[in-house]
Amino acid sequence: MDYLLVLTIGAIILSFIVDRQKTIKGVKIGLKKLKKIAPQFLIMLISISIVLYLLPEETIVKFLGNGNLITNTVLAAIIGSITMMPGFIAFPLCGILLTTGVNYTVLAAFSTTLMMVGFVTFPVEKEYYGTKLAIKRNLFSVLIALVVAIVVGIVFGEILV
Amino acid sequence: MKKKNFTQYVIIFYAIFIIVSYIMPIEAGQDIAKNFYRFTFEMIKILPFAFILIGLLEVWIKQETIEKYLGESSGLLGHFWAIILSSTTVGGAYVAFPLGHTLYKKGAKLGVVLTYISAAAITRIPMTIFEASFLGVKFTLVRIFVSIPLIVISSIILDKLTDKNEVPKEIKE
Repeated sequence: MDYLLVLTIGAIILSFIVDRQKTIKGVKIGLKKLKKIAPQFLIMLISISIVLYLLPEETIVKFLGNGNLITNTVLAAIIGSITMMPGFIAFPLCGILLTTGVNYTVLAAFSTTLMMVGFVTFPVEKEYYGTKLAIKRNLFSVLIALVVAIVVGIVFGEILV
Repeated sequence: MKKKNFTQYVIIFYAIFIIVSYIMPIEAGQDIAKNFYRFTFEMIKILPFAFILIGLLEVWIKQETIEKYLGESSGLLGHFWAIILSSTTVGGAYVAFPLGHTLYKKGAKLGVVLTYISAAAITRIPMTIFEASFLGVKFTLVRIFVSIPLIVISSIILDKLTDKNEVPKEIKE
């Protein structure tokens, strides 16, 4: 993410020209926030490293390739909720899944939960928003992902109504 | 305090496991370690910059501005701005969580913040371009246009369901 680097440096320079003290304070606040949440990030990285070991790409391809539309969609939502992948890994994987014959419905459930529902990001989310709200938001997101999957299925003619 | 200790134990146990799996050697442990390096590297490229921007945002953006556009009386327009903001977010949920929390602290309505963090999962511009190139524009458009209204509705419901005392204003040290 090079543009993030450019954006940050640009923002610091601009801010520094306008108000030196404020800039130093802002950078300090930011880094202090990072330090505070760092243990949870570490837990998140540890969880990701283990989950991706247990569920490598080949396994996901195998899981989502067999079975019928309903079980595959549910399975996709479960796998998507547990794992977390950056977009540059997730979408090429979805591309592979598509070529192996996985339905759009299943891919919609998989990609939406992958991005919106975070079992591994939960330690970070609950620090900021409290455990209860984090659980509720994730549950709502699973529901949204399933609705999205159904609509995608209808649009692509995989679910007949 | 107890909870913090638990986090520490997990981290220490994991570190020992990785070291042992290089000495023994245990292949599974080494594979896990490789995953860890790969993702840590990705995060290091993003997190410090994202947090510096969040810090600058905190000192520069006025409380009144946030309250006006994203606050209690912002209505649906607040959700609209949250979605626009979400599309420019870099990284992923792990950047949206702290940024959303800063907005909340500065007076954004909880529902608007929830729209922001959920929408950031769907609408981030670089990601949607990537998605469309692998799965087709039609797929991406259906996904965005179905999920966005649902996200706004669910965020409004969640806002109503949530006791604001449950949401920490400051995270614990």
